[in-house]
Amino acid sequence: MLCERCQKKEATVFYTEIINGQKKQLNLCEECAKELHSQGFDFMPQLNFHNFLGSILGHNISNFTKTSLGANKCEVCGLSEEEFAQKGLLGCGNCYENFGNTLDSLVRSIHGTNIHNGKVPEKTSDRVKYKKEIESLRSQLKQAVAKEQYENAAKIRDSIKEIEKRLEQEG
Amino acid sequence: MSLKDSVNNAYSSWMTGTGPDNDVVISSRVRAARNLSHFAFPHMLDDDKAQEVIHAVSLALENRGADCKPGKLEINNMIELSPEDRQILVDKHLISNDLLKDHGRKAVVLSEDEAISIMLNEEDHLRIQCILPGMQLESSWLQVNNIDDELEKTLDYAFSEKFGYLTACPTNVGTGLRCSVMVHLPALVFTEQIKKVLPSISKLGLTVRGLYGEGTEPVGNLFQISNQVTLGHSEEEIVQNLVSVTKQLLDQERTAREALYDDRKEYMEDKIGRSYGILKNSRIISFNEVMSRLSDLRLGIDLKIIKDVSPQLVNELIVLTRQAFLNKEAGKELSVFERDVKRANIIREKL
Ligand SMILES: [Zn+2]
Ligand SMILES: [Zn+2]
Repeated sequence: MLCERCQKKEATVFYTEIINGQKKQLNLCEECAKELHSQGFDFMPQLNFHNFLGSILGHNISNFTKTSLGANKCEVCGLSEEEFAQKGLLGCGNCYENFGNTLDSLVRSIHGTNIHNGKVPEKTSDRVKYKKEIESLRSQLKQAVAKEQYENAAKIRDSIKEIEKRLEQEG
Repeated sequence: MSLKDSVNNAYSSWMTGTGPDNDVVISSRVRAARNLSHFAFPHMLDDDKAQEVIHAVSLALENRGADCKPGKLEINNMIELSPEDRQILVDKHLISNDLLKDHGRKAVVLSEDEAISIMLNEEDHLRIQCILPGMQLESSWLQVNNIDDELEKTLDYAFSEKFGYLTACPTNVGTGLRCSVMVHLPALVFTEQIKKVLPSISKLGLTVRGLYGEGTEPVGNLFQISNQVTLGHSEEEIVQNLVSVTKQLLDQERTAREALYDDRKEYMEDKIGRSYGILKNSRIISFNEVMSRLSDLRLGIDLKIIKDVSPQLVNELIVLTRQAFLNKEAGKELSVFERDVKRANIIREKL
């Protein structure tokens, strides 16, 4: 596809802007994009299909900055919420935790949920398994104590400790 | 086949025109986004760190078992390729446009048959892709899943028990999975049923966009359909949802083709025959015209009106007649007019 401005070079930069729910799109070559940018045109860059979705949510992302109550910067990568709102990209895996509740609700508004239901890396799946085991043992422990089955409770407590040790060793 | 061979050849294994339901479904693609846990996302990395990511992945590739499918996978740095060659990889659907920017810190891994490609330091550290001819989403996912399993033995992925695989853009978080099919829908476009069909698809959690026509009208009656949401469903559910919607679309397109051919046989044969004639005889032809003529030709092949052209050749011509390949063939940057002439020459030669 040719650049819409100069009609000479291949368009490599795709811009999308959402104004009052109307989508405006502009396909430019690298040079024209730079030139327009320097003239003060401020389109949201749409690098690929995924960012396209992000730009639809542009409205959402700017709300994100205003209503945010959490940290202003990710303490691991240093990305600020403003930068995130501008780029639509997070800085590192820790951003998900460091931006807390506001990111949580953003994720929910994009996907309709905030809980992963798919593949788990094998290394992690052991940890998930152990954690689930501990959870279930803890509730068994509560029941045992409630029923005053102290011998049984002691056994359960030992099993919990053993799994916790394994979890720690595997880091 | 090395990368050098790959950019010299318009053919890629997804273009064979084989595979199930290939009269409508040209190709199936699955792409998974993965990030390494000890690095910031690519756009935050300096050049040294970006190289470390590439290095870490190359070690993980070396650690793969000797009998792993699909054989040896080698890393190619984007900077080692000419701009034309980089564009050819985009035109062949092996990498995205994003890999062309800031190419000094980006790399691509290709399997010999080009079915597997892994983009490094695109928006995420890894984008593992499998593209196969026809309707083969399930096996595309299986191949991506296998490579992902192998790499994970060495690499530490950024993963959260709650959000799943963590990605630079929150629209990809969870499975990190983007599945898509490329479908050829000439009869639905011709009968204008497409106007009803497309909006109903987007209500099913899928996105449709025209191919090669970003921002403008889609050309060649080609559409790409992909999943919108990546979180909350398993990979299998995401794949199955797209499979079942595509199957319905396939039925609608086939019904529309039959009806068209029954009701307007002479008209269809005339339209297809004329397009074939133009492709075989023109001396100057634009890319957009080629795309719409090739769409007619492909329909003619599927309706068995045209018997002496293979679907594979049609797919190859789409890549061969794009700007990057024409420039490469000519060994210089061609003007628009020179391109239109060169394009017509190549098509006449091939047909
Ligand atoms: Zn331009
Ligand atoms: Zn961060």
